[in-house]
Amino acid sequence: MGQALNLSKELSIAGGVRQAKLWYLQRISAMVLGICVAIHLAIIFYAIRGGLTAGEILGRTQGNWLFAIFYEIFVLACFIHAPIGLANILQEHFPQSKWSIFFAWLLAGLILVLGSAAVWGLAVGGAS
Amino acid sequence: MQSRPVVSFRSKTHLSYWAYLLHRLSGLALALFIPLHFFVLSQSLRGQAGLEQYLRLTEMPIFKIGEWILVMFLTLHLTGGIRLLMIEFGPWRGLRKGSIQLGIILAIACGLLFLYLGSE
Amino acid sequence: MSEQALKVKVWRGAETGEFVEYLVPRNPNQTVLDVVTYIQRKLDPTLSYRFACRVGMCGSCAMTVNGKARWTCRTHVSHIVDGDSLEIAPLNNLPVIKDLATDMREFFTKWTDARGFFKGNKTRFDDFATVVPDSPERQLANAGIECIGCGVCYASCDVVALRPAYLGPAALNRAWTLVNDVRDTSQLERLRAVAGDAGCHVCHTQGECSERCPKALEPTAGIAGLKKLVGRAAMKGSQWGKL
Repeated sequence: MGQALNLSKELSIAGGVRQAKLWYLQRISAMVLGICVAIHLAIIFYAIRGGLTAGEILGRTQGNWLFAIFYEIFVLACFIHAPIGLANILQEHFPQSKWSIFFAWLLAGLILVLGSAAVWGLAVGGAS
Repeated sequence: MQSRPVVSFRSKTHLSYWAYLLHRLSGLALALFIPLHFFVLSQSLRGQAGLEQYLRLTEMPIFKIGEWILVMFLTLHLTGGIRLLMIEFGPWRGLRKGSIQLGIILAIACGLLFLYLGSE
Repeated sequence: MSEQALKVKVWRGAETGEFVEYLVPRNPNQTVLDVVTYIQRKLDPTLSYRFACRVGMCGSCAMTVNGKARWTCRTHVSHIVDGDSLEIAPLNNLPVIKDLATDMREFFTKWTDARGFFKGNKTRFDDFATVVPDSPERQLANAGIECIGCGVCYASCDVVALRPAYLGPAALNRAWTLVNDVRDTSQLERLRAVAGDAGCHVCHTQGECSERCPKALEPTAGIAGLKKLVGRAAMKGSQWGKL
């Protein structure tokens, strides 16, 4: 009986630590994103003048390592930040559902894979 | 016979609640948009032609309106996020309602800038 | 003495029930508590409600008036009346016992769950503890210790409504004041108590609590402080040990 209580207490502490770590990671990634988004907005406004073509984009991004590093950091920050936010929203509005964690991980996977693919494609390029 | 009343919208008239709501909605919209955005850009793996094909699709008016709304959502989420980081990590200065108003103004400004620059 | 009648809708029943309308004579300097008392004494003796001091010191008379949680003894009818109508309901987020009286047990249980109680290690045979009044910790504690447990913040919080296990602003505010009490010896347990799915990190800074507190306390500040403290404790450990 004492052992069961101890285990339950340890699980509860572990759960608390997990929540606190998720919060911390989400806030740290938010700080990174704050800088990335501000720069990205400036880039968007600069780039959309007079319309935007693939040629124009690739002309600036191909072989550009600064671009690649900046945007890969951006992708990684999104990968941490967005799924935690989504999980919170789903858990609050659909508390009985077991799908909340699944959709959060799905989003994480899509961001990481598609985002890195985008950075790679723009920086290194595919078949011409 | 009816169910007892619950927390109603009448108590949610103050700015902090709007800040929370807009931050949540904009975050959700961005979270759903980002994979699509990355997908389109990942078509660059197919070379310039591949990317151009998809970019041409986004010329449709519905995409332009969507992009305009997303730029404003992005700005709103950014300013709302900075406000939260100041509340949670910075010295306590109340609910920072001034930041909310500034954030909304910046979001509108970015929206206007997007329309102006994109239409040249 | 009365100019016109107030149309007062009052919740009758418990978790299910209905709003019943009463006509109450309107007076100058009338509070919502005056209105409820008039109804119970002159119109319908079966109405159940709570009050004690009626002068804004005890917090017992808190109810939902026109959708907002308030102390009814400190709410003038003239300030909040909607034309000639009023709507009075029990506090939200708490089970209704009957009519306007709610079951406050979960509110106070969560106070204990958040370790909102003091534990020291001195006895009356020891010397006095020294707490410097203008130290940062004491200033932070002072900002939140005037709480009288009225439940208005708890009743106004969306997160409490969405997550029934959430400890709530009052309990977390109390935990924060104790975290800043240099005499307390159970800080690690307190940090553990306020971490987790029902703890401080679930607060979304809606600010309803700080907006509605009749004593102008700001639980949002205390909760922000706890978030930082518990977050850092989980990642790097705290001055009282690892979480």
